Amino acid sequence: MQEKVHVSGGTALSEQDVHSGEIFMTEDSLDCAFAWDTGVAINRYLTELKNGRIIATECRHCNRIMLPPRLFCELCFKPSSGWVYINDTGVVNTFSICHVHWDASRIKEGEKPYLPAVIEIDGASAGMGIMQLLGEVEPEKIKFGMKVKAVWKPENERTGSITDIKYFKPI
Amino acid sequence: MSKRVAIVGIGYSGFRTTSADLSYREMIFEAATKCYEDAGGIHPQSIDSFVASAEDFMEGISIADEYVPDQLGAVLKPVQTIAGDSIQGLASAVMQIKTGQQSIVATSAFSKVSNLSHYEHVAAYATDPAYIRPLNEHPYFIAGLEMNRYLYETGTTREQCATVVVKNKYNALANPSAVYGAKITIDDVIGGPLLSAPLGVLDVSGHLDGAIVLLLASEDKARELNDKPIWIKGIGWATDTPNLDSRIEGLGTAVYAKLAAEKAYAMAGITTPGNEIDFAEVDDTFSYKELQHLEALRLCGPGEAGKLLELGCFAATGDLPVNVSGGSLGVGYLHEANGLQRVLELVLQLRGEAGKRQLSGVETGLAFAWRGVPTATGAAVILSNRP
Repeated sequence: MQEKVHVSGGTALSEQDVHSGEIFMTEDSLDCAFAWDTGVAINRYLTELKNGRIIATECRHCNRIMLPPRLFCELCFKPSSGWVYINDTGVVNTFSICHVHWDASRIKEGEKPYLPAVIEIDGASAGMGIMQLLGEVEPEKIKFGMKVKAVWKPENERTGSITDIKYFKPI
Repeated sequence: MSKRVAIVGIGYSGFRTTSADLSYREMIFEAATKCYEDAGGIHPQSIDSFVASAEDFMEGISIADEYVPDQLGAVLKPVQTIAGDSIQGLASAVMQIKTGQQSIVATSAFSKVSNLSHYEHVAAYATDPAYIRPLNEHPYFIAGLEMNRYLYETGTTREQCATVVVKNKYNALANPSAVYGAKITIDDVIGGPLLSAPLGVLDVSGHLDGAIVLLLASEDKARELNDKPIWIKGIGWATDTPNLDSRIEGLGTAVYAKLAAEKAYAMAGITTPGNEIDFAEVDDTFSYKELQHLEALRLCGPGEAGKLLELGCFAATGDLPVNVSGGSLGVGYLHEANGLQRVLELVLQLRGEAGKRQLSGVETGLAFAWRGVPTATGAAVILSNRP
């Protein structure tokens, strides 16, 4: 090689070097959209949430009330036996006190932490429940096995989404 | 390592351009249930292991392999996903049995491409971000480049490529699972709108939703499960460099197909494939690919495929029927499930269950899949109804 190769001499790259174009980067942003078919089971589940009700499916072979509902039992591999409405109450199976937003940015001073929890719904089989947020409760007051009830959005605001339940509150 | 492996169950569902009534879970459950019923009513608890083939970006779910178990009855079982064509997934299942690790393995693949609003964007994201993507071309431009070079190198004609479309869409009319069947002419294809010349719109296969599940078993288990086991005689796969501008033999040649097939032929003990293969299901994502692949697979000589096609050699009634199912041009394009669609047709033909399109006296068939633009990956498998 005839040309003298310039070397950095061990100086680390800075963010400034990248942003000023000293270091070449190629940028592109993702532009694709999906619309997932919810299918028979989740379609009915979301429709009933819009109605303010929680529906599950039953597997008579395994004696399970399955939530979220599914068209087949993943354990015995038979089609579900039918639909059953269940309560909108349950108990906290596990929870976390979340100090960051979904993008990992920290919650601001004074902002309340998010309280995601697995709620075992009354009427569903043991260990079966739904993932939701807790509300109207101080983080330090949350207990395993605490009884909770769904707080629904007003009927005209429901869209057929899991967020039609705003959160679960202690009862 | 001498253990023989057979396909003992087949099941499929969907095969529609949209499937809004079913989730992918429900569609696969239907295919799996049919497959297990076909294999003597086996319960998935008796299946040792499961292999899926999928590409996360197509599904819009990162680590989509975690969503595999429920609909296959694979909860708490060994499960893996191959990010490749489903014949590569099939190869993984075969190896699990050949090594003696497992005796009964299910393999699955599906397409829910109707849930993807802009397939072109996902395809474009498969090109190199620094030196291809900034050109901002529709990804099918690569097919235009390949086709042009293939025609130039071999003397194959535009009409011969159009004849592939005519043949496959006609074959599809005899396949109840094929949605793109039609009786059209060479002029219809050539006179249609251009896409990336010489490639026209009708030279491109259309998208399809569907799910396919196959059950494989070692020789000792195979005969217990199905009295018509279809034997896997050879399987192979290969990938060329991703560099579109410096492929080892250029864009005119499908060297990945040649290498994948050579591996499969060697394993099957096949030395003269043109004489020993009775029929083939060969990637026809684009019309010219069928001809290019037939030559690379040594099912005919270099540059001969177009002429033999015109003579009717690859028709359902010809010496070497090719894509009697209708292929991707006639059945539809199932993305990573394409390979299993081709294998499915082989099994139906070799069992004598192909209905109106049944070929007579077939014993050995070859399926070959390509992963589409911009890839240079191919996978080949040889099946026979004789052990």
